[in-house]
Amino acid sequence: MSRTLDSMLVCPAPLANLDIVELAHGGGGLKTAALVERLFAPAFRNPHLEPLGDGAIVTVGRERLAFTTDSFVVKPAFFPGGDIGSLAVHGTVNDLAMCGAEPLFLSAGYLLEEGFPMRDLERVVASMAAACAASGVLLVTGDTKVVDRGKGDGLYVNTSGIGRVRDGVHVGPGRAAPGDVVIVSGPVGDHGIAVMAAREGIDFETALVSDSAPVIGPVRALLDAVPASHVLRDPTRGGLATALCEIALASKVGIWLEERDVPVREEVRAACELLGFDPLYVACEGRFLAIVPGASREAALAAIRSQPGGEGARSIGTVRAEDAGRVVLRTQIGSHRLLERLSGEQLPRIC
Amino acid sequence: MRHVDEYRDAQAIASVVRRIRDTATRRWALMEVCGGQTHSILKFGMDQLLPDTVELIHGPGCPVCVTPLELVDRAIAIASRPDVSFCSFGDMLRVPGSGDDLLKVKARGGDVRIVYSPLDALRVARQHPERKVVFFAVGFETTAPANAMAVHRARAEGLSNFSVLVAHVLVPPALEALLGCEDARIDGLLAPGHVCTVTGYRDYEAVAARHRIPIVVTGFEPLDLLHGILAAVTQLERGEALVENQYARVVVRDGNAAARAMVEDVFVVSDRTWRGLGAIPRSGLALAPRYARFDAEQVFDVAKVAVREPEECRAGLVLQGRLRPTDCPAFGTRCNPEHPLGATMVSTEGACAAYFHYRRAPLAAAESPLTGAG
Amino acid sequence: MCLAVPGKVVEIEGEGELRMGRVDFSGVTRQACLAYVPEVRIGDYVLVHVGFALSRIDEQAAIETLRALAEIDALEEAAADDRAASGGS
Repeated sequence: MSRTLDSMLVCPAPLANLDIVELAHGGGGLKTAALVERLFAPAFRNPHLEPLGDGAIVTVGRERLAFTTDSFVVKPAFFPGGDIGSLAVHGTVNDLAMCGAEPLFLSAGYLLEEGFPMRDLERVVASMAAACAASGVLLVTGDTKVVDRGKGDGLYVNTSGIGRVRDGVHVGPGRAAPGDVVIVSGPVGDHGIAVMAAREGIDFETALVSDSAPVIGPVRALLDAVPASHVLRDPTRGGLATALCEIALASKVGIWLEERDVPVREEVRAACELLGFDPLYVACEGRFLAIVPGASREAALAAIRSQPGGEGARSIGTVRAEDAGRVVLRTQIGSHRLLERLSGEQLPRIC
Repeated sequence: MRHVDEYRDAQAIASVVRRIRDTATRRWALMEVCGGQTHSILKFGMDQLLPDTVELIHGPGCPVCVTPLELVDRAIAIASRPDVSFCSFGDMLRVPGSGDDLLKVKARGGDVRIVYSPLDALRVARQHPERKVVFFAVGFETTAPANAMAVHRARAEGLSNFSVLVAHVLVPPALEALLGCEDARIDGLLAPGHVCTVTGYRDYEAVAARHRIPIVVTGFEPLDLLHGILAAVTQLERGEALVENQYARVVVRDGNAAARAMVEDVFVVSDRTWRGLGAIPRSGLALAPRYARFDAEQVFDVAKVAVREPEECRAGLVLQGRLRPTDCPAFGTRCNPEHPLGATMVSTEGACAAYFHYRRAPLAAAESPLTGAG
Repeated sequence: MCLAVPGKVVEIEGEGELRMGRVDFSGVTRQACLAYVPEVRIGDYVLVHVGFALSRIDEQAAIETLRALAEIDALEEAAADDRAASGGS
């Protein structure tokens, strides 16, 4: 049987058997990856795009700049722990941090639906201003468009950002190496569950709030202590497992995770049990993964933990040469299973 | 989590596994009936820990997988109507019909909503009297009391815009059909603990006696399942064929009388076709005549669609426990969660999907599992 | 099939078919219909499936199940010790 499994382990690229865009294309899983590989990457192919990281690193003169963009469509627009505005600022600031860059400047594009309450827009903008100030970035340009009532969904926000990559720092999804350790900066799944709790049809009550926050503080401390860090990644859509799958493939390494070491808040676990979700696949915000040389593990952990937002950092796994491209979970009862990317988002189940 | 974590204790699990290994003197094949049991076994990798003497066969315990193709097609037809708000458990959204699925209907603009409880669908109907709200009532006996309550309340409140598309299936008749097959090689059964919470396990006593096999009602946590497997193997070694209840903290022999009474009020037993297994008499539920006006199949005139199952799909054999997903030629290649050929690959409960997501890792760097079991 | 989760009843209101409760699952709470468990009181644990409590969790039975499992554990530990002491397995 293991021989059969071996020959079937790589899932072929999904066939596009549909001529319309589906929700799953935005889910961050296999369908999103397939769309990028099939449509976007070939159309725009160039060496800066190839790594397909959280942001691109480009050289202008002697400066290495990080450049990233992100669009925010979260529903509901206001959720426990944040709103679409603060999410938009933190998301882009964090993507720049994931490139090993000091975030400097942001742009913001607003796509508004006619009829969207002005009070809500004011709240979002105030939230963004506060988030920019807290992150030390300047919003330097923006754009506003309004579409007819019924043609939008309240408010969509796009933010793009520029940062300067720190000297001596070279991070990217393809740079994990055997012997490295995998660190997560805090408990996973808070954001996805907090947002889900507020959704109609699911509604449960929880004190859980989204962990949306800038990670630049802990990342800065980490890079001060371990400038030779290899990978930084924020596990947003698709969660921890998806991010690690992408890194394992990009770096051509095997990644082993210890289930009992992955921090998950009790409420997140409980909500996942109720909905039939796997916390390893639930979106996080305000969290990041760091893959660093094994010898630097203690220094890395100490640095991250010294910063607000990094107190819960844990070492959760190791990188190996064997089983390249795969992510393996050692369960809390001692067995193993492969973690793979999901096709689309997890759906609440009764079965 | 209380009443959960205690049953995931690694050391206790290792001990039960050792006891199973010491108890089994020959090969035994046990079928776990419930998709939730399959899911748990594969998620926790229990099949890796068990000795070679114990073989687990995955049964047709996934109501999503066995929902007849016709009903899925009818659901899609109803959900595609502009005046309908179609409410469903998340499980059904990706199940392929003859050419489509509910998620694609949503992508094309259909008002398809995921709900956690049938009461949520009822709330939608109350809040939107201008919409025709339809709820996809799938499930085993576990879910029937909840679905029954929703219909019962709709009638009590005089709602005129609520109906249900019923796809309930019952476990014992399907077990009889499977065990009655000539080439059935099932030595013992792990009965579905949550179904039995509602129904009790009296019905299984006749099955055990008729086919002379032990049946153990188990819970879903690793220790529950392993404890149940130990009980079944112990009986088999002794030549016993009794019904045992491992899940005593939740299941009693007579089940839940109040829940069963509501089910009997709202539903009647009917013949049902199981996708992949064929027609099994008196194996499903339909709405009782006094609730006929809540039957979506009568409210909506959905023309019969010619159903077309991909020929390559062997889900039927998988559901019968006669084919292991990994032995299907299409598994993992032409058939995978991205591009499923059959229902067992779509539902996260389905044996094929469970194998795909949770299959054991034949690894270069594998450390030996807890007990060194091969 | 049948994803059902244990939780603690912290509030109850209504009667008969309309009996509803708030159930606490380790800090996450949700409404559940208690019509099928009329004997349940605040503080009891129930098993919840699709927003309905299907059974009260019998604490005594749970204790007995865990005790049976602990016995197996103890016996297996003793057997392992014996094997180790006698110098082979």
